[in-house]
Amino acid sequence: MNLTYLSEDNTIAQKLLNRINSEIDHNINFMEVCGTHTMAISSSGIRPAVDKRLKLLSGPGCPVCVTSQEDIDWAISLAEQKDVVIVTFGDMMRVPGSESSLEKAKAKGSDIRVVYSALDGLKIARTEQPKKIIFLGVGFETTAPTVAAAVILAKENKINNFFVLSLFKLIPPALRKIAAAPELKIDGFILPGHVSTIIGSEPYEFLPKDFNQPCVIAGFETLDILQAIYLLINQLKKLPKVEIQYRRSVKPEGNIQAQKMMNQVFRAADSNWRGIGQIKKSGLVFNPEFKDFDANIQFGLKPKKAKINPACRCGDVLLGLIIPPECKQFAKGCTPEHPIGPCMVSSEGACAAYFKYEWLSHRRD
Amino acid sequence: MHRLIKELFLKYFNNPILARLEDSAEVTEPQLKKRIAFTTDSYVVQPIFFPGGDIGKLSICGTVNDLAVKGAEPKYLSASFIIREGFPFNDLERICQSMAKEARIAKIKIVTGDTKVIERSAQAEIYITTSGIGIYPPEADKYHLGAENIQPGDSVLINGRIGEHETAIILARGQFEFKADIKSDCAPLNHLIANLLKTSNRIRMMRDPTRGGLATTLNEMAEATNLGIIIDETKVLIKPEVKGICELLGFDPLYFANEGKVVIIAARSEEKKLLAKMRRNQLGKNANVIGKVVKQPKGVWVKTKLGSTKPLLMLEGQQLPRIC
Repeated sequence: MNLTYLSEDNTIAQKLLNRINSEIDHNINFMEVCGTHTMAISSSGIRPAVDKRLKLLSGPGCPVCVTSQEDIDWAISLAEQKDVVIVTFGDMMRVPGSESSLEKAKAKGSDIRVVYSALDGLKIARTEQPKKIIFLGVGFETTAPTVAAAVILAKENKINNFFVLSLFKLIPPALRKIAAAPELKIDGFILPGHVSTIIGSEPYEFLPKDFNQPCVIAGFETLDILQAIYLLINQLKKLPKVEIQYRRSVKPEGNIQAQKMMNQVFRAADSNWRGIGQIKKSGLVFNPEFKDFDANIQFGLKPKKAKINPACRCGDVLLGLIIPPECKQFAKGCTPEHPIGPCMVSSEGACAAYFKYEWLSHRRD
Repeated sequence: MHRLIKELFLKYFNNPILARLEDSAEVTEPQLKKRIAFTTDSYVVQPIFFPGGDIGKLSICGTVNDLAVKGAEPKYLSASFIIREGFPFNDLERICQSMAKEARIAKIKIVTGDTKVIERSAQAEIYITTSGIGIYPPEADKYHLGAENIQPGDSVLINGRIGEHETAIILARGQFEFKADIKSDCAPLNHLIANLLKTSNRIRMMRDPTRGGLATTLNEMAEATNLGIIIDETKVLIKPEVKGICELLGFDPLYFANEGKVVIIAARSEEKKLLAKMRRNQLGKNANVIGKVVKQPKGVWVKTKLGSTKPLLMLEGQQLPRIC
């Protein structure tokens, strides 16, 4: 795989920034849906550089953040079963459940390992039989196809000790819920680049059509995000539509092959989002012909009602209702070292992004 | 790690020398009439061979650099090996050859050592611990290295691009299927640093930004001085491949370990001299002034390419790759 990088020319970024700032003449709220965008906006210093009247609000696109507490507790109880190895992305380790986290469960003796893809989990299943390997299927349309590929491979190779706990979430149904919320004032969406690489631009068409929302699918570099903001501001004066700024990766039809794999293994079902609640057809469950790999069916354990910490306002952060410093716990009871909510843990979490890059005053004391 | 050092090790081992928590300790005995620097470090890198180096080369360079940044001339080293039963002799020989080569380049002698063999069930194949003794040259009395000498207005310099060692290690682990031509920057810096100290006696402090990277080192420097440091994002050079890999995985190269870099804080008047000297050396050809020391705000700050400012914090735990 070859890596390329966008122009490093600062004058382009500066020109784009000047144009954006000259166009802003009233209060505007845009939501960046994806957690990676939130991190990029914070770390590149875009927020303090744009006119104060433009507010960039984080959305629900942080996979770890939207995983419900019930599901974390569920994963921990699976890890406590005999001969079970939980394999997971590292970002999940420190997310607090009701009383514990995967990291704490590991310290107590559960076999929990960090991997970089579901295929790593499959490798462990091959070499460590008869242990039962459960991969925590966390993520959006971006991650689901590669996990589907691992499941298909496991079926072809008759590997019967590899399972997936499917906690996948789908982005468009969550955006519908956000766009339909009466209390929300959003003037446009910066749509996720990686998710859209898989699903294309079509699944977002309801946003301009039904909700009159301008949309731009954006890449992750400073120039990408600035250009997306510029395109959104221009759309405000015209008929809204879904535009693709991240053309070097996203095609309108998306990645057909990846979609096929995902649909072969999974189908949409209702899902519980942390801090947001149930959203119709916003998760993925296994199709019947792959039920042998479904940890939900094969282990019989079911999630129990979680203890929710009422002080945590991650849900409001994920819906763009507040920005992280508006939560009373931010940087006081809740810090990256002692997180209360997942948004302070994840490398894509809005609270972590604000804490790391934008919460200036605490250092100026 | 910081808490462990402060709340456990310092609690039980505390003395004025240790309490400085510097890369190496000055352990001068008056009757010796020489000032002596002493340091130790253990090397546990995985994989043990990687582009640009191996665990042996690292074990020499790391300890040499810890002595050099304090202004001492590295002289003697001990090397202690913990080897897993069954570790291939050829690999061990390769590691020793590489240690011998680096010791020659750094002009130090390995004068004592130890070997222990541990059982096969151990996870790692080999660990190396090296301790080093350095002697301060006579001219060392002319330069005053230490956080207490840093003043607002001083310049912050580094001898080249950052993030290459850790990127090389990540790629060598083969967990991600990327291919990129990145080598570890692992190198002994003692000759370069000795040259700089001869060029200017207004260098205030030096540190090698190893684990935790440039961000952590700058934070430690700022904390030690109770002043602020502002660095200019556009002046910190990073290879496009390193940036690309960081972008893909959600890492920040400012926190990536380096093994051949030195951060220098010096009086602003010395900037040009020091840069010229560094750039003439192979190990400093991409040297740059990356920032300055300020009275306010305290802590470490980055001026972004958009002209805005953001804080650069100490890292909590390790960086983990993002999910999507």
